[in-house]
Amino acid sequence: MLNYILRRLLYAIPILLGVNLLTFALFFMVNTPDDMARIHLGAKHVTPEAITRWKVEHGYDKPLFLNSAAAGVEKATDTLFVEKSLKLFVLDFGAADDGRDIAREIGQRMWPSLAIALPTFLVGLLAYLSFALLLVFFRGTALDTGGVILCVALMSISGLFYVIGGQYLMGKLWHWFPISGYQPGLDAWKFMVMPVLVSLIGGIGDSSRFYRALFIEEIGKDYVRTARAKGLSDLRVLFKHVLGNAMIPILTGVVVVIPRLFMGSLIIESFFGIPGLGSYTIDAIQAQDFAIVRSMVFLGSLLYIVGLVLTDISYTWADPRVRLE
Amino acid sequence: MTIKPVLLWSDALILLLLLTVAALVWLARKNDTFRAPWRQVMASRMGSATALILAVYAGIGLLDSMHYVERLPSAPGQQAQYSGEVFSALDALLKPLRVNVEKTYSAPLATHLYAKETVQGPDGVERRDYPPLKHPGSHLLGTDKVGQDVLYLSLKSIRTGLLIGTLTTLIMLPFALALGIAAGYFGGRIDDAIQYLYTTLNSIPGVLLIAAAVLVVQVQIEAHAELFDTAAARSDVRLLALCAILGVTGWTGLARLLRAEALKLRELEFVQAARAFGVTDARILLRHLLPNVMHLVLITVVIDFSGLVLAEAVLSYVGVGVDPGMISFGNMINGARLELAREPVVWWQLAAAFVFMFVLVLAANLFADQVRDALDPKSRGRK
Repeated sequence: MLNYILRRLLYAIPILLGVNLLTFALFFMVNTPDDMARIHLGAKHVTPEAITRWKVEHGYDKPLFLNSAAAGVEKATDTLFVEKSLKLFVLDFGAADDGRDIAREIGQRMWPSLAIALPTFLVGLLAYLSFALLLVFFRGTALDTGGVILCVALMSISGLFYVIGGQYLMGKLWHWFPISGYQPGLDAWKFMVMPVLVSLIGGIGDSSRFYRALFIEEIGKDYVRTARAKGLSDLRVLFKHVLGNAMIPILTGVVVVIPRLFMGSLIIESFFGIPGLGSYTIDAIQAQDFAIVRSMVFLGSLLYIVGLVLTDISYTWADPRVRLE
Repeated sequence: MTIKPVLLWSDALILLLLLTVAALVWLARKNDTFRAPWRQVMASRMGSATALILAVYAGIGLLDSMHYVERLPSAPGQQAQYSGEVFSALDALLKPLRVNVEKTYSAPLATHLYAKETVQGPDGVERRDYPPLKHPGSHLLGTDKVGQDVLYLSLKSIRTGLLIGTLTTLIMLPFALALGIAAGYFGGRIDDAIQYLYTTLNSIPGVLLIAAAVLVVQVQIEAHAELFDTAAARSDVRLLALCAILGVTGWTGLARLLRAEALKLRELEFVQAARAFGVTDARILLRHLLPNVMHLVLITVVIDFSGLVLAEAVLSYVGVGVDPGMISFGNMINGARLELAREPVVWWQLAAAFVFMFVLVLAANLFADQVRDALDPKSRGRK
């Protein structure tokens, strides 16, 4: 198993290199550092000298791949690709355009993100699975039909509606919670409840319908009939047999997102003023800070690959027949 | 007034899409295997009702895709000058709505403005009161911050949503079809390379990849501003770029499905037989594999559509959606999202955008279910 994990992690290197090349191509070749400087300087202050100064200040004054001015090995290493892209591999994210260290920001901002994303994930998984099991338990009845219609209706509503509506009702009208903001420590729960609730409601339609379809497919299989014929109760069949056998497709969708919980949600964090990585990213996008966007792209890919490995490991736990060799 | 038709890039693509669909329908009109599932969809109450709603939306979108510019009054003998403002057939139909603007917010069917102002009474004394509207009672859904009719804005947003939903698919399909089927059918190195490609693309967080690409496009458009003679042409190119980006990043899901299906199909007797007879790979792919994965393609296209319409709103909120000057559901929501904090609440703009979007997406989702049931024999038993 250790062997397998090592092999998978080695396989991650070409993928991360691909991600790196892709973002590098987008940000440095299609969009040259000169373009970047022009955007940041604003139309009024664009002079060749100002552009050069901006590039020197932000470390963009090197050639892309080959530095013919440098000597020896530095010909290949003293370049933008090595400085800006390959350094990401050792988690050296460099500085944002405002000069702040990106790695430190990530270290600070991942906790608020996690404080929202982790409860959303855990409670959500439990709630969506229970709701789906409930619908399956009452399959063929009016409750099931009504539940499915509700799911389709809920998933047809824009996610922004839940956020704006939730803030209006719970924040402004009923004064249950502060409309936005965050505070570390024990008081954090006040700021956490509303974002978590809103994300839960926003996700229920899609997920529950998906899980219901999985369970319905399982329930038509022979082993369920056998279990029923043995005289097992409906509930036992549902929770032990059906849930257990539907575990692999459930895990496929669920485990891969766990590492990414650190990165938070763009929309939720920016609407609720959570100082996490999601709002960090959205601010960077709006301020066109390419250094941060590149770092987050790399971090996201890294966490995704970790998630894929975790998914494979979780299969061995859900199904003893799976062996990772 | 003389007018000159204008064909924006997106209009041309819509035309192309319509012609393709029409040609496919004409070619397959006698083919019973093709007609049977659609007859089943249209025979069900849900299928025909949702198809009707989608057709109404599509009709509005099409009217809004016939663009023209008006000729400016000029002295005789002078060369004709055209206005820089591009209008559509829908604009012409809704002219009263477009032209009758107020000063700022007004509630649906209101007779007076939303905010108090200093007005001069009939007796010449100045006092604070709600000034009367210029066109009282004519705004069915109220007006927005700059006094534009909300109903007009909602109807104009439809085209943007439909375009994102359809053109993205149009761009995504060739990638997904070619790469997915090739990976499954040829296997080996080709499969490895294609799998590598989509794992790499998939590993990047979706919104970030789209944001990165849109930022780059934005910078390029700003750098080449001289290429676009009207604001409409400019936002049109940005919309197309957004569709292209969504398409290039969005083909992986369908490609994976198609790869798995091709992997299965290539071992079946009819493909083996074709190969034994010496049929070329290209012919096997076109004649034997492609028709057998079409149901997957159709199902994915209708399911993806609703997701894309919803995505537009979120992307516009993040600031990487359509041009801020373009009328779209996302921009309507974005412009009005802080107005619920006002006293009294300005709710009509948000409500209109959400309801118009909800009806479209709900109809698309329900229609997609019907199409899947009709085309996918496996899902039929699940009901």
